[in-house]
Amino acid sequence: MNILAATENPLIPPLGEIVIGIIAFGAVYLVMRLLVAPRFEQVFRARREAIEGGMERAEAMQAEAAEALEKYRAQLAEARSEAAQIRDQARAEGQQIVEELRRQAQEESARIVARGEEQLATARQQIVNELRGQVGALAVELAGRILEESLADEARRRGTVDRFLDELDSIAATGDGGVPVSRGNR
Amino acid sequence: MTSSAHALGGVLAAGPGFQAPGLEAFYPHPLWTFSVLGVDFEITRITLILWIATLGIIGFLVATVRNPQIVPGKLQFLGESGYSLVRDGIARDVVGPRGLPFAPFLASLFFFILANNIMSIVPLAQISPMAKFAFPLVLALICYVIYIWVGIREQGVGKYFKDILFLPGVPLPMYILVTPIEILQNFIVRPFTLAVRLFANMFAGHMLLLVFSLGATYLFTVGGLSYVFGGISFLMAIVMTFFELLVIFLQAYVFTVLMGTYLNGSIEAEH
Repeated sequence: MNILAATENPLIPPLGEIVIGIIAFGAVYLVMRLLVAPRFEQVFRARREAIEGGMERAEAMQAEAAEALEKYRAQLAEARSEAAQIRDQARAEGQQIVEELRRQAQEESARIVARGEEQLATARQQIVNELRGQVGALAVELAGRILEESLADEARRRGTVDRFLDELDSIAATGDGGVPVSRGNR
Repeated sequence: MTSSAHALGGVLAAGPGFQAPGLEAFYPHPLWTFSVLGVDFEITRITLILWIATLGIIGFLVATVRNPQIVPGKLQFLGESGYSLVRDGIARDVVGPRGLPFAPFLASLFFFILANNIMSIVPLAQISPMAKFAFPLVLALICYVIYIWVGIREQGVGKYFKDILFLPGVPLPMYILVTPIEILQNFIVRPFTLAVRLFANMFAGHMLLLVFSLGATYLFTVGGLSYVFGGISFLMAIVMTFFELLVIFLQAYVFTVLMGTYLNGSIEAEH
């Protein structure tokens, strides 16, 4: 061994070892190149994407949220203006309805009044006509009665006179004058 | 029988004198020898350790990505941390913005060297295949070919070699000095230092551990006052094991970072 070692120069390698070394390193390089490095690169890429992707996703979500808020606000404003419009319209319509109703009521009342007046006029006319007929009869009757009464009165007055005259006669006959008068007032 | 055990036998058989461990630890008995196309293969325990480390790191990597999740589990986190260290720390930051396609290659380098280096403190193995010059050399040569090829591909043959031979922004007379240095640096020193740095670190680490542990064993057999020194030697062996742990990671990282800077030089025109 020692003799062998003495003849060997450690800096002059045997060719066989060089070949073996190339094969060994080649094997490691192939595995690294074909399997290990691509996988590691893939992991690094996935990791970077996971981080950046997360940030991008967050940004996208923020943008989306802002957009949604904007849209919501726009819709809200639109809804408000629409509501105002509807309210105005409703108010106008209400006004119109009230106007309409008032007009109708006035018309109605006017019509009622007119009919009442008409009825009144008719009734009056009727009454007038009726009265006109009756007044004649009444007047005639009254006149008749008055006349009758006056004639009767005359008769009565005449009777009174007669009775007075009679009484006077009787007073003169008996001497007492008062009693026949009170009898006559009854 | 491990090489360390061989050495231990040598130490104990040597009798009175301590025989320091030598290169024989790096040349264990071949378990199997064969020849393919005129190339002699010697399958030794170091070759087996290389295969175990290779299969181990492949198994580990496959296990980490077997079921990848966005929120990683412990195993995935471990593999991901190693891969991210190379991908972000080296491929992106050192090589430059166009360095990401090189991440798999750099990560393979890092994990392969790391797994092999770790074998230097794994019980029963206790030697890194990177302590055999052939394996770091293979890696350095692969890097050498790749960074020159990338330089040519990115800048074009003419511009790439012209920039190396005649460094832009240097006064004309200085090229006498600069050009040979640049050629030497780019085409000889770089791959050589890349290989030697890793090799020498693992080689020296193994030698250190061997010396301290064999020394401790020897001193304990001598007896007497040597027990104290044996204890110190044993303690040093443990301390150096931790140091080795640091070197294991550091060298794997340094090798990959340097390859990153070379690639950066090849991709970007300005040096």
